[in-house]
Amino acid sequence: MDARIGIRNTKSMLFKGLIVFLAFLITLPLIVVLLYIIKQGVTQVNWHFLTHVPTPVGEPGGGIANALVGSLLMVGMASVVSIPVGILTGIYLSENPHTKLAYWSGLCVDVLQGVPSIVIGIVVYLWIVKPLGSFSAIAGSCALAIMMLPIVIRSTEQTLRLLPPSLKEAALSLGVPYHRVIIKVIVPCGFAGILSGIMLSVARIIGETAPLLFTALGNSYLSYAVTKPMESLPHVIYTYATSPYDDWHNLAWGASFILLMFVLILNITTKLITRKWNIQL
Amino acid sequence: MKWETIFRRLLIFMGVVLVLIVVGILITLIKESIPSVKSSGFGFLWSKVWDPVQNIYGAYPFLIGTLLTSFIALLLSIPFSYAVSIYLGEYNPKGWLSNLLKNSIELIAAVPSIIYGFWGLFVLVPIIRQIETKIGVAPYGIGVLTASLVLAVMIIPYAASLGITLIRMVPSALKEGAYALGATRFEVIRSVVMPYTRTGLFAGVLLSLGRALGETMAVTMLIGNTPTLAHNFKDLIFGPSNTMASVIANEFTEADHEQYLSALVELGLVLFFVTVIINLIGKRIITRFTNN
Repeated sequence: MDARIGIRNTKSMLFKGLIVFLAFLITLPLIVVLLYIIKQGVTQVNWHFLTHVPTPVGEPGGGIANALVGSLLMVGMASVVSIPVGILTGIYLSENPHTKLAYWSGLCVDVLQGVPSIVIGIVVYLWIVKPLGSFSAIAGSCALAIMMLPIVIRSTEQTLRLLPPSLKEAALSLGVPYHRVIIKVIVPCGFAGILSGIMLSVARIIGETAPLLFTALGNSYLSYAVTKPMESLPHVIYTYATSPYDDWHNLAWGASFILLMFVLILNITTKLITRKWNIQL
Repeated sequence: MKWETIFRRLLIFMGVVLVLIVVGILITLIKESIPSVKSSGFGFLWSKVWDPVQNIYGAYPFLIGTLLTSFIALLLSIPFSYAVSIYLGEYNPKGWLSNLLKNSIELIAAVPSIIYGFWGLFVLVPIIRQIETKIGVAPYGIGVLTASLVLAVMIIPYAASLGITLIRMVPSALKEGAYALGATRFEVIRSVVMPYTRTGLFAGVLLSLGRALGETMAVTMLIGNTPTLAHNFKDLIFGPSNTMASVIANEFTEADHEQYLSALVELGLVLFFVTVIINLIGKRIITRFTNN
């Protein structure tokens, strides 16, 4: 009898050991990738790198100013469209959870979340690039906006659903009109949750390459024209990483480092916001 | 009109816009793939030759490539995502170590796929090439296995973060009952926690699969992009191949005639349907699980 208990306990311990080992083993690739990108990229980054456009092969120097400007501009344009639309849709879904329209919109959010980004790229190409006859930054930011929408909608909806109904009832019973209740009471209460959703969605789309491949294309010059092709950080990494030149690889490492920093800072800030918010509640 | 009414209508309008976007995507994809469907019919997915110059389009090699990379990645990732779910859900649900691990796993999903691809191309590919030389297969470096390895890491968070939530939802009365009967921790996990969460964990695996099927950039950079299908098993696993998403990424801007473009759009349509269905099944299972 004692021996059997011994075996069972050993089995339990071994299982725990295996679980702990596997669970921590998967952080290894993350650490390796992060350290490698930082090691390769940090030496490339300086003021010159951030403010100059890429040079042709063989010429020293050069930077990623065009990609930096392009990424910020396209993500900015995408945000301007999809943040208000996303928040309003999120409000609609949380306010009217049982209507038929809410069911279908909710389903569409799920669908949009699952659509591969490359397919969004195809669709936006057919919608905007083909009729206009040229690749453009507008098309790029449109694709990014579609990718952003489901994240903003879901985070808004889920945050607002957690708010106690008494909040809204109290405001309504004071005679405040419905739209003012939403804008002045409900949204400010869920502000931190909505904000963290927005930041997560920005962090997600700033690294998206696939939807930009046939929408914004890429551009080796600094361009502010939204109807012309525009470079972006992930696209510059893709082009230069798959090129055969060492100079360009270095440029791509630098760009990866910058992109990674953007993503890390956005994610960590989001974590801090949600943590602070949770404590206050 | 009163502001209140305007605001209510605006909200409804936004809900409609969302539905319109998705319906629009679907209609566009279907409409643009009609020329390809007309000429290749249902043989599109089963014929083996993809030759844009001759205007012959068969997606079979890419179908196999996609399924192969995704399922290898899935198999590699399942032990890890289950381990993380069990560890953070059952063994160590609170505390700084638990938080740290959970945040790092979320970070895996946050790193852009292009960065995984770039890293894989310059770090993993040489390593794989050395291994391939040692075990005596053609040392391509790039190929199905390399792409699957990177893909496996990328999809772990999707199954894991869901798994953690679900395992934490197992009622403690059930577990305590088993402990009271003298079960060890392993036995509790095996015969109480796992059966209780089985369908939910399966849903997490489906979400991971959906990601894997549609993942483009990292796979495109690592899979080697060859339009033909390898003949023997060794080359199928170690050699270069191609997936539906990476064919689209590589050839879409080169598609110079309508037929070619339409064939690529049809690939996108197939990808759209497959990923959407997998995702919706996963989501449906999760809703049912959390409502019970």
